This record gives sequence, C-alpha cells and structure tokens, in this order.
Amino acid sequence: MKISKKEVEHVTLLARLELTEEEVNQYTEQLNSILEYAEMLQKLDTDKVSPTAHAVQLFNVLRTDEVKNSLSQQEALSNAPEAEDGYFRVPRIV
Amino acid sequence: MKVINSSLDELHRLLIHKETTSIELTKIFLDHIKKKDSDIKAFISITEDVALQQAVATDKKLAANEEIGILEGIPLALKDNMCTKGIGTTCGSRILKDFVPPYDATVTELLRESGAVLAGKLNMDEFAMGSTTENSGFFTTSNPWDLTRVPGGSSGGSAASVSAREVPYSLGSDTGGSIRQPAAFCGVVGLKPTYGLVSRYGLVAFASSLDQIGPLTKTVRDNAIVLNAIAGHDPKDSTSVPFNKPDYTHFLENNVKGLRIGVPREFFGQGLDPAVEKVIAQAIKMYENMGAVIEECSLPHMEYAMPTYYIIAPAECSSNLARYDGVSYGFRAEADDMIEMYKKTRAEGFGQEVKRRIMLGTYALSSGYYDAYYLKAQKVRTLIKEDFDNVFSRFDALISPTTPTVAYKMGEKSDPLAMYMGDVYTIPVNLAGLPAISIPAGFVEGMPVGMQLISKHFNEGLLYRAAYAFEQSTDHHKAIPALAGEVD
Amino acid sequence: MGFSDKYEIVCGVETHVEMLTKTKIFCGCSTEFGGEQNTHVCPVCLGLPGVLPVLNKEVVNLAIKAGLALNCEIADFSKFDRKNYYYPDLPKNYQTSQYDLPICKGGWLEINVNGQKKTIGITRAHMEEDAGKLVHSGETITTSHSSGVDYNRTGVPLLEIVSEPDMRSIDEVLAYLEELVQIIDYAGVSDCKMEQGSVRFDVNVSLRPLGSNQFGTRTETKNLNSFNSVRRCLEYEIERQADLLDEGGQIIQETRTWDEGKGITLSLRSKEEAHDYRYFPEPDLLPLVIDSEWIERIRKTLPELPSAKRERLQSIGLSEYDAKVITSWKPMADFFDKAWEEFKDAKILANWVTGDLSGLLNAKNSSFEESPITPQQLAGLLKLIQKGEISGKIAKSVIEEMYNTGKDAEVIVKEKGLVQISDEGELEKIIMEVISSNPKSVADYQAGKENAIGFLVGQVMKATKGQANPGVVNKLLREKLTDN
Repeated sequence: MKISKKEVEHVTLLARLELTEEEVNQYTEQLNSILEYAEMLQKLDTDKVSPTAHAVQLFNVLRTDEVKNSLSQQEALSNAPEAEDGYFRVPRIV
Repeated sequence: MKVINSSLDELHRLLIHKETTSIELTKIFLDHIKKKDSDIKAFISITEDVALQQAVATDKKLAANEEIGILEGIPLALKDNMCTKGIGTTCGSRILKDFVPPYDATVTELLRESGAVLAGKLNMDEFAMGSTTENSGFFTTSNPWDLTRVPGGSSGGSAASVSAREVPYSLGSDTGGSIRQPAAFCGVVGLKPTYGLVSRYGLVAFASSLDQIGPLTKTVRDNAIVLNAIAGHDPKDSTSVPFNKPDYTHFLENNVKGLRIGVPREFFGQGLDPAVEKVIAQAIKMYENMGAVIEECSLPHMEYAMPTYYIIAPAECSSNLARYDGVSYGFRAEADDMIEMYKKTRAEGFGQEVKRRIMLGTYALSSGYYDAYYLKAQKVRTLIKEDFDNVFSRFDALISPTTPTVAYKMGEKSDPLAMYMGDVYTIPVNLAGLPAISIPAGFVEGMPVGMQLISKHFNEGLLYRAAYAFEQSTDHHKAIPALAGEVD
Repeated sequence: MGFSDKYEIVCGVETHVEMLTKTKIFCGCSTEFGGEQNTHVCPVCLGLPGVLPVLNKEVVNLAIKAGLALNCEIADFSKFDRKNYYYPDLPKNYQTSQYDLPICKGGWLEINVNGQKKTIGITRAHMEEDAGKLVHSGETITTSHSSGVDYNRTGVPLLEIVSEPDMRSIDEVLAYLEELVQIIDYAGVSDCKMEQGSVRFDVNVSLRPLGSNQFGTRTETKNLNSFNSVRRCLEYEIERQADLLDEGGQIIQETRTWDEGKGITLSLRSKEEAHDYRYFPEPDLLPLVIDSEWIERIRKTLPELPSAKRERLQSIGLSEYDAKVITSWKPMADFFDKAWEEFKDAKILANWVTGDLSGLLNAKNSSFEESPITPQQLAGLLKLIQKGEISGKIAKSVIEEMYNTGKDAEVIVKEKGLVQISDEGELEKIIMEVISSNPKSVADYQAGKENAIGFLVGQVMKATKGQANPGVVNKLLREKLTDN
C-alpha cells in the first residue's frame, strides 16, 4: 500500500472534497494502483538530473507597469453565485 | 461536391466568387448540426445568433466587394474550454455549467478578428481529463464512424464534429494527446503545436506546462490554414514564445525525398494492436517508396513517460482547479460555512475522474511526498526531453501510431489505468513540448487509424510537409462516415 | 522573580510591504487605494478560468532596490511558486509567491537601542501577490454569519521581508521595524502607509531560559498593522508564554491572531485546518535571470538611505537625537536637506523644521509633502532672523502668514512693517518709559535679582509689539540700569 485510507481522508481535506465512505475506499484502491505504477520512476537514477518545470527555455518575460482597463463592478460580479452591495458574498468563514 | 465536404479553400472560393453567401453557408452547417447532432452529440451549445451575425457582416463586405480573409464567413466550433466573451464556457463540467466569461481567449479573439463564424462550443471530457468524452459532465459524444464507439478525448466533440462534417474545422486542446487521439479515432487531421506556439490565454487550464491548443481539420492543408490564424506570440501568455511565424501553407509540397524519418521502437511494443501496427507499417513503407530515409531508433525513457505524466498533470491540475470553489463564479452548493461550502461545491460540481486526479495531484505535492513524486517526475521529464533531443540530431521527424488501438466501445475502459494507457504514444510529446500531428492512415474493421508524426520544437512546417505528401498519395482523408453523408 | 531574570525572548518578524507600482503584479489593474469595491479587477486578478499571469517589470526593479537597500544578495536565478491554500480572499486558492529561490537573500540592517548598536539579519525577501479584503457582516470574523469579498487589493505586489530570529527584546523589535520601514520608504519601494495596510507584520516569538542557546517553541501572530500593535501583541504574547511555562505548560507551535480591541492573541487552530501549502514551481511564469548590469542600473537609482543620512546630518552639526528625528520621516528629511542648501546653520534649521513648521503643518492638517511653504522660503525666513531683521518671535507669526498666503517672508515683513527695531535712539525712549513706570522691577534688579531684567525686556517687547531687537534691548537696559 502506497497510500492509506487515512491519508486519502487527509488529502480530501487538503483538496476540499467531501467524499462518501464508498468513494474514499474506491479512491484509496485506485490511487494505490496508480502510485504503484508510478513507483517505476524510482528505478531511475536522477541524482544529477535537473528538473524540468517548463517545456520552453524562456526567462524574464515581463510587462511594463501600465494601467489597463479593469472590468466594471457589474461585469466583475456577473457570475457571482451571491453578491450584495458590490461584494461577493460568502457564508461564515470560521 | 457537397458544401459540407468542402475544403477551406473551396469554401472561400465559393464566397469570393459569390456562388454562395456566408449566411447560406452558415445555415447549411447549422442545419447539418441540427440534423446530426442528436446522434453525434458533439455540441454543448450552438451559437446560432452569433454565427448569423458574423455571417451578415461578411456578406456586407462581400457585397461591397471588400477583400475577405481565408477563414472569413466560414463556420467553426471551439472546444468548450476556450473562453468566449458573453457565451457560456463550461469546460464540460457541471461546476461551470452557467459560467459566462467576460473575456475572450486569445484564440477566440484571433478568430473573431479573422471574421470566422462561431457555430458553437464542443463537448469534451470534464476539464479535458479523459480519452472518450465519457467524463463530460453533460453527455457522451459518439464516434461518427460507429455511434456505439467513443470519439476519443478529451477533444472528442472537436474531432467528431469535423468528422461528421458539422463544421469545416474546430479547435481542440492537447495535454497528453487530447487532439491527436480523437483525431485518430474519428479519422481527421489533428495538430498539437509546439508548446508556446499558440497562446493559452483563455484556455481553461488543466496542466499548464503541457496544455496546447491546436486545429482539427479534414485535410492537412486546412490544418495549416487554421494554424496560420491562431499561432503567434501573445504578451498575455508568459509561456508564449516570440517567434517569426511562417506561412504554414508554404510547406505543403508533395515531396519527402531525403527526409530522415525515425521509427522509435518503443512506440511499437506491447499493447499495440497488430492490425493498427500493420496500417502504420504500410505507411512507413509508403514513405520509403516516396524517397524518405527510414531508420529505426530508440527513445530509452519512453516507458517512464506515462507515470511521469500521471504525476505532473494531476499535480498541476490539483492547483489549477482549486479556484472552482463557489465563491465568485460557477456552481455553489448551499452551506452554512466556508469549509462546508468548499467541500460540497467541489464534491457535487466535479465528476469522478476530475476528483481522482485532484486527489492524486494533491497527494503528489503534499508534504513528505513532493520529492518522491513531483520532483522525481520533473527530473524524469528532463530525461525524456533529452531522449528526443538526441534522436532529433539524426532525424527530421519520428513516425508512430497515434494510438495503440482504434476507437473502442463506450463503457469499455472502466479502469482508469487502462484508459490512461491509450495515451502512451501521445504523452511523451507533451512532456517534451514538441509538435506532433495525427493524420488518417487507413482503417481497421471500418474504424480509422491515425498515424503520428513528431518533430522538433517549432518544426510544424516539416510536419505539414510530411503529412501532406502522405495525404496526397492516399485516399484515407477522403473517406467520410456514412452518417455524415446522409443529408444535404 | 521577575520575567527578565528568568527568560530571554527570541523574536523574528516577517514584514509585508505593498510595493509602489501603478499596476498589480500580474495584471494591468490599478493598485490605487480606496476604489469602490470590485472595480480594480479584471479576469486575471479575479482568477477566472483560463487566465494567465504576466509579471510586472517594476515589481522586479523595486524588489532589487529593496534588496540592495537591505544589503542583500540579489539572486541571479529566481523563480515563482504556488502556495496552495483555501481562503475566500484568494480567488485562485493559491498565492503566487517565491519559495526556495527568492529574489533577495542574506541581508542585514543595523539598529540602535539605548546607544547599543546591533545588526539584525535579513534571511530573505521575496515577491508575491496580495490577497483581497473581507468585510464581515458582524463585529468580528467569528461572530459573522457571512462576509463580503472585495478583490481590489488582490494581486497588489508585495515584498515579504523575513528577518532572522535575532531580536531579544521588544525595544529591539520596534527599532528593527522602524529602521526597516524607514529604509523601504526612503528607497521608494513602498509608500509605507500603515493606515492603508501598506505594511503588515507577522511576529514570531519564543521564550527560552536565560543562558540557554536553544530555541523554544514559537508562535506566529499574523497581520499586525502598526508598531503599537506589535508592541502590545508582544507584551501580551510574552506574558502568556511565560505564564504557561511557569505553570509547567507547553507552548504549541501555532499561528495566532491579534484582537486589537481586547488586546489579546488568539489561536487560529481549527481541526479542519491542515497546513500543507504544497508549494511547486509556477508553470505559468518563467524564471528570472538577473545579471549584474541590471543590478547596477537599479543601484544607481538608490537614494541616500536613513543611516547614511543620519551620519551626514551629524557631520553638519546636528545631535544624534536631532538627526534621528529629522530622518524619521522622509518628507521631513527631504525638506530639511533642501532648506539646508540655502541656510547652513543646521541646528537652527532643525529646530524650525521639527518645531514650528512641523507643528504648523500638523495644526493645519497638512504635511511636508504638501507644505505651501517651500524649503527655500523657510530658509529665507531664517536668514531674516540671522541678519537681525526680525526677531524669532515675529518670525513665528510670519511663518503662519507664509502658510496662509504662500508669500516670501521678506515680502510679509515689508508689507506689515515688521522689521525689527535695532535703532538705539528709538529704543532708548521706550526703555526710559519702561524704567520709569516699573520702579519695583528696577529696584529688584539693582538689588541683585538678575531675573528682573527679563520682565523689563518683556515690557519693551510688548510696547514695540515684538519688533524690538531683544539683544539690543537687553544691552541698553543693562546700561541704563547700571548708569542709574
């Protein structure tokens, strides 16, 4: 087992996903089979290999500090599930 | 020749010679969509009003004898993960079911500026995760060649719509094969451009370091025409590469003499359907006959591409999809507090495959596992890139099957790992950021087989040349699914 | 046994400063403070599906500038990473920040507490995006049934400056913060407007038995937005930890929040909270490669920093105290410098700048930046005093008139006939009158009461409406009183 049910439950919290008991069991099994498959990567000696984060070799991609048009408040809130007085409204935080 | 089967050149000619109008053309395609899409189910939304509006504008220009561009007045459809201002963009997910972007993706903007006629938005696996469209949050698209089979994915709607002649061309996105695999399954031409050639701005992200937009078309020439319109540097995408864009149609010559084509043995191993292998072997033979230099080669780290991809892509996706939380857009589940709202919104809004990848990616990045999984995968990614660098010092292009099998039946691949294996030949290309094209190479039991050509960064021109030469010497691209031809 | 006999405090601070750019770090929205809610937003800073960040070059320039001002090494290679956590003020639910390869590392600054100099190490400084603002429906976050979210501040560029845990007293912490904020302000990296939240502090503190060289368990109190809050928070937190340790309890390593109203820190722990930021390289942004040419270009734009300015001011005649007061507020220091160009008595100038002018500006709700009296005009006024044309007392009314009219001191003095009376003949008449009408004071002086002369001078000044030259009056009075 690469990942225990308890770890899967911890991951659901990190990922903010509410899963049923059945789903947790199913994901535990599936993630294990994928992670066991991924275990083959450990065979490779990569001590002297640098990681690749980007497929292209670019750097210093910058823009000038110039103000561009913003959205109107109405446009900004147009997709809001709940809005009030120009704010996005959310339920109790803590 | 029927309008719906016409090439872009032909459609353009019909317009400028006033043999038809853009309205007429647009209506033909919209009618065809209406008739066929109850079976194909390629479209999530049909944007008839927007289409007709653009058509009217084009017709006005034509009436005033103004010059029009090659794509002007001609319909297309977009995979529903490309943002369209004022037009719903769902990404195939219930979590974005009612989301209407207040902005255009760069590709959308480019096509609008070209006067292209947007006919609708296309079905896909939710957030582009999947190989069949069975993971769509709404419905499954059918393969026009056999309605009981999958069209491939995740750009299944993009491939099926072109294959069924519902639109002359479409755009898809490719993170691990999502353009090429459905193109192969549906018998159309699909290009995954070099990472950085086409702007990702406005493409709903799946795995940012792998995603790339590309065209799906009936022919290689059409493909080059569409790429001309969407390629180019975009200051809104930091990973977009400043690059002197050539006219890709200039590469279309029916000549591969002296072209050095490598046949990587790792792409012909276990799991490859012998019937598919035979079709590709014939294609290789054909290249040889046309004067290309064919030689076997090796990419020793290819077997690691799948596990590498299935760490990197989920890791990036777990972060990219964190924003779907019900706070400022998209679906929100009723809840008394934030934590509950997050958890319920995401549990109800996302489908199984998306949740699975979020879980996997979250785990791979989590404290204590980062080095073993994510960092390791990034290092192996370097080895895979180096493999390609090595062979491209000797070869102009590589040839392989696009997929190990032809399109399979719906519901056949229920085990996630088994489904992932279908992308074994396409995934390495994304990891290395290379361009690759899938073109129709023949049939197995009536289902299309796709052949993949891969080349160096920004060598799309060479891919088009090689693909065009093959296409001109074969008739596979002329085959039309019976279903598509039943009307008109 | 007192606290200080038992424990030593160990403190480090993470300081977030909003950088002074026109636009946000990754999009072209304005950073201007105080816009109507959700109007300085665009698809990028709202984190809509499909958007991509593009780094603002000015942010990098300012980060380099801050790094140089804080004696940091500027990394030739740095990159951005995503810090993943869920909070409604963070639209993408990750903050784009810098993790293992920050732009600045290994700097320091010097503090001076009660004449004791000490170097405080700066571990690193990195660029990141600010979050939005939450407006709670109730009094506090805990008593609210819902909250409103405003994303105007989302994406405003921040520089997070992390100190070493080098501070051993609250005074040291405050000295560090004051010096740091001054440097950042001087360098023009931030406007440092604390009341607008331009500078915020996260304070890490732990206690250890005196003489121990091991660190105790620390707590981190987040989001303090004034020096005073930091001081009060530390006083509370140190006492809390000491009490706990005295009772044989254990400090829990945790994040706490400061309740300004109640003056206490509170645990932010919750069973739902699992801290694991899952940092990974930001795939949408490319690395930064900064060469020496770029660094030198920025170095040339660095102004004189507070420590150098203090030294210079002392070298032109100010006391350590005056130099510190003048430099404590950059606009004041700039004003002083400009005025000094034309009026070279630093001590007198300092008195006027920190005293009368400062008081006047305060009273009028103005500031050195907006002062209608220019440094040149102040210098002009002081020259009139120096030349004896007006008295200091008259000058005090002249400066007010200068403020109200914007006129030069010379013009006002001329218009109002305020020129000082130094003519001995003219003054003699008045002095004789004062002597004859104040026999008691005259007698007192002559009996040896030196103080009495002050009263008589005052009477002369009164009679001349303050225009008499006090020096001359003093001299003449003494002569007359001795003659008698």
